[in-house]
Formats: sequence, C-alpha cells, structure tokens
Amino acid sequence: MKKDDNDRIFNPASATDYVPLPQLRGLQLERLKRTVMNAYHNQRQGLFKQRMAAADVKPDDIRCLEDIRRLPFSVKADLRETYPYGMFTAPQKDVVRLHASSGTTGKPIVVGYTKKDITVWSDAMIRAMSAAGLSSKDVIQVSYGYGLFTGGLGAHYGAETLGATVVPTSGGNTERQIMVMQDFGVTAICCTPSYFLHIAEKASEMGIDLRTLKLRAGVFGAEPWSEAMRHRIQGETGIKAYDIYGLSEIIGPGVAMECQEQSGLHVFEDYFYPEVIDPETMQPLPDGKEGELVLTTLAKEAIPMIRYRTRDITAIMPEQCACGRTIRRIRRIGRRSDDMMIIRGVNVYPSQIEAAILKIKGLMPHYEIVLTREGGLDNMEIRVEVTPELFDDRIRGVESLQKQIAYAVFSTVGIHAKVTFAESKSIARSEGKAKRIIDKRGI
Amino acid sequence: MKIHQIAIFMENKPGHLMGICRTLAGAGVSITTLSLADTQQYGILRLITESWEKARAVLDKAGYVVNITEVLAVEVVDKPGGLLQVLEIIGGGDINIEYMYAFTFRHGEKAVMVFRFNDPDKAIALLSNAGVKVLDGVTLFNGMN
Repeated sequence: MKKDDNDRIFNPASATDYVPLPQLRGLQLERLKRTVMNAYHNQRQGLFKQRMAAADVKPDDIRCLEDIRRLPFSVKADLRETYPYGMFTAPQKDVVRLHASSGTTGKPIVVGYTKKDITVWSDAMIRAMSAAGLSSKDVIQVSYGYGLFTGGLGAHYGAETLGATVVPTSGGNTERQIMVMQDFGVTAICCTPSYFLHIAEKASEMGIDLRTLKLRAGVFGAEPWSEAMRHRIQGETGIKAYDIYGLSEIIGPGVAMECQEQSGLHVFEDYFYPEVIDPETMQPLPDGKEGELVLTTLAKEAIPMIRYRTRDITAIMPEQCACGRTIRRIRRIGRRSDDMMIIRGVNVYPSQIEAAILKIKGLMPHYEIVLTREGGLDNMEIRVEVTPELFDDRIRGVESLQKQIAYAVFSTVGIHAKVTFAESKSIARSEGKAKRIIDKRGI
Repeated sequence: MKIHQIAIFMENKPGHLMGICRTLAGAGVSITTLSLADTQQYGILRLITESWEKARAVLDKAGYVVNITEVLAVEVVDKPGGLLQVLEIIGGGDINIEYMYAFTFRHGEKAVMVFRFNDPDKAIALLSNAGVKVLDGVTLFNGMN
C-alpha cells in the first residue's frame, strides 16, 4: 500500500511523540504530581498512603521528575490483595469499564477505566498504530481475544479511533479468520505472534499464500517473542511484524510500540513514565542498562499505578530514534523475570530456547519445554515438532538433528537439553498467549 | 532403477501404526513391504507402495511427517551365500549400507531385498557390472502380481 510520508511524520494524532524534550519533561512532572495526589488521597484502601507514610514521603515532596525515586513501588500482589477495587481511586459512577487479567493462580486482578482513561488508551493505541505506518486507509483485523483481556478491546478502540476499518474477529476459528482476511482485504492484523504463526500455517494448509493477500503489517504482542521469530514471520509471510507492548495493570496494549525502524519500542511516556531498576537492589539504573521495567501511569484516573514493577527485562535506549520521535524507546522485551526458569542454577528464558531452535533452518518454533527432576538434578527436555524438510529416514540422520538442536541450545544457555521430536501439529497451537513450559519438578 | 520409499516419523504411541494403515487403506494404497526402525522415543516406518505419490499425498494431508528416499530393489539368489555375494560387490566399492530389509515375495527363483545405500548410483553400476539385477518399479510391481 502506498503511504504518504507527510501523513506519517506530521500525523497530528502522534504530535506528542515529537514534542521537544523540555516540554515533555514539564508535562510529565505536572502529571506525576497530579497522579501522586490522586493516589494518595483517593485510593480506596489507602495502600499508597500507608506506604508513603512508611517511607516518610508526602505528595508535596515531588518537586522534580527525579523525585519519583522516593515513591514506593507497587507489584501485582497489591492488586490481588486489594481485589477487586482496593486500588481504585475513582468513584464507581465514573468507572465505565473493567478488565481483568487471567489469574493462573487464584483470583484475577481487576482494573478499571474512566471515560477519560479510555480516551487516553485509544490515543496511545492510535499513536502505536501510526508508528507502524497504519492509517485510516487500513483494514485492521483484531484477532486478540475480546472480553476481560485488554488485548481485543484495546486494539479495537485504537484502530477505530484511528479511523481504520476494524474487523473484530477476536481469537479462534482460524479458518474463518483467514477467509475474512482474504475476502475483506485486510491490510493489518493484531494478535499474539504465536497465533499469527498458527494462522500462517493454517493458510498454507488451505492452499493460501499470505504473500498474495493485501496483508502487509502485523501488530504483535501480549507475549515475548524473539528477533529470530520476527525474521521467520517476515520472511515467510511477506508482512512487516511490529512489536507492541502493554499490560493490563498499566492500561493494556499501547504502552510502547515499535516504529517503522523496528529498532526498539517507543514508550508513550507522556502517559506512562518508564524507569529501569536493578531487580535485586531496586535501585534505578541509568538509560542503556538492562534491568526490570518499572512504569508509572501519568494520566490514568480510575486506577493510577505508581512505580509498578512489570517483571519485564529491558533497557531504556538513550539515543534518539532515526524516525524523529523524541519519546524514548525500550529494547524489545525478550524475557520476563516471571518466565525465568532456574535449571541447575542457571537462569533460562523460553525466548532463548526459541532463538536456538530458530537457528536451525527448516524448524518451526512449535516447541515445549518439559522440566523434570531426577535424583535432585533438573532435566530439561525440549519437545519440538519435526518438519518434513528435516526428517531423515535414517536413525542417525534423526539423531544428528537432535544433536544439532541440543548444541544450539547449549551454546545459547549453557545447559545440556534432551531434545525429542514430536509429530507435526502435536504441540498445541495457542490462540492467545502460548504456553511453553511444563514444569513437573514440583517446586 | 531406483524405487521410492516413504519414510514416516512416528512417536511411540499406541495405535499409531494403525492410523497410518487406516489412512493408506482409505486411499486404496497397498503396502508392498515395510520395515520399522524403533528407538526408545520414536520410530521410523519405511514403506514401499506401488503408487508412492498417492501414498505421500494422503499421508501429508493426514498430517504425517513424510520423507521420500530412493532405494534399490536388488535380486538376491535364494541359497547359502546369496546375500554374501551382493555384500561383497558392494563392500568392494566402498559404499555404505544405511539399512536393508526384504520383500515378502520372490522374483522368479530369487529373493528381493531393499537396500538404502549412501550412494545408490554407484551401487547400481557395481551390481549391474557384476551381473546382479536391480529391479525398476515396473518389473518389481509386475513380478508381484
């Protein structure tokens, strides 16, 4: 699709992305003060106020942006312990929407939005989609799940406010997704990268080459994915694959997004203030250093989050992006400290295993990691689907492929893994976030 | 001279072979001979069928991981030392046998064996020069009927 460059650079919707830094910092400080005030006085269970008292900090102590470091952190457990509304600051009559995260253990967490919060979220999503070169001329298929999960409605409101034609397919029924994509002339899709791979696989089974369709961009998020996976998706389907970042605790998708440079994700920092800390010492790290991303909402009314520890590992990129946006970027999030597996004392992330698998030409990232413990020793088994391109009729051919994969894993994470092959399509395809780890160690 | 063998990857799971046979039976494909290589975790089923393209198509469609390999069907004199004779010819040519298995039928007075060589073309030349018959698909499947 032809794109007007002026449209991209001077898109009024994303003007804040190009604001001069002093002006941006001023705006952030003013909004931070207001957010702290709101949380301090209005939080229903008063958790923030108690923590401020314990740290001997008053809202008035916030005089410059650096003072944010004096504020207490918040974590996911806070939301769980104050379930459902304890951290809300807005009165119920002003809350127009609730979302909840899938609780893998126990209760989910609940977040709320005022009318203005929805506007802020839509605005962040418009800017995210503009960054990927999308405009009102696009036909955008939203294949994130609609419902309590923020992905579907978040992308929907953003795409609709952008003025694009929205196709709200939600997740599932993959064959119909492909039919719709083809028949409606879809130009961009929003879903998890693993679901898109599944769509691509299904399309090829149906004899449809995605390259022949109008589809040209994917806005992929809600799970960490590797650069190798991006190359695979782009190479095999001919689309540009963009990484979007967000979390429901902060707002949902649209906290940060890659621009067409595909080199780091711009944080919409007039709304979401980023810091990176050392997760051990909890001390802030300078830009450029890798650590845990901490976010503070600057414009959220219903449930402001202050210094929320995301568990996502990244670094703030200090250099300005070639695209001209002044808002800072974070590096792609390849791992979450939550996903970290400790195997024989070594920290291993699924994205590393994925990258190792993708080093082998012809393998697809359909894999699962099975952890077991025998005689006190951890074992990692990687089950990966064998593909017709790589399958050999000789036992030693199969064994040599196993060794090749085990070596790629060893050279990436330093652990000897047992590699076993699974039949084609025997590893469950996910329509949302992929589940990769099966931990049978009982720890 | 070469014939096509279909190799199928199998996880060791009960009922698995049955699924493959059902797929082939449903398409009216008859299995001429087969061999199963098994390890602790998986097996490789190798099949010779008359219409290998059809067999591959239905297995592909059913989602099996399939590989096509060229193998030789070699006549072996059915008396003591018959196989030895073939092996000596091959051994002299520095060719490696990856694996071998037998056909269930005889071709005239001779047995027929399937050989997977690392260099089938060289094996054909050596065997033919020594007067050992390598059967092509047509002869093979005609002999069967």
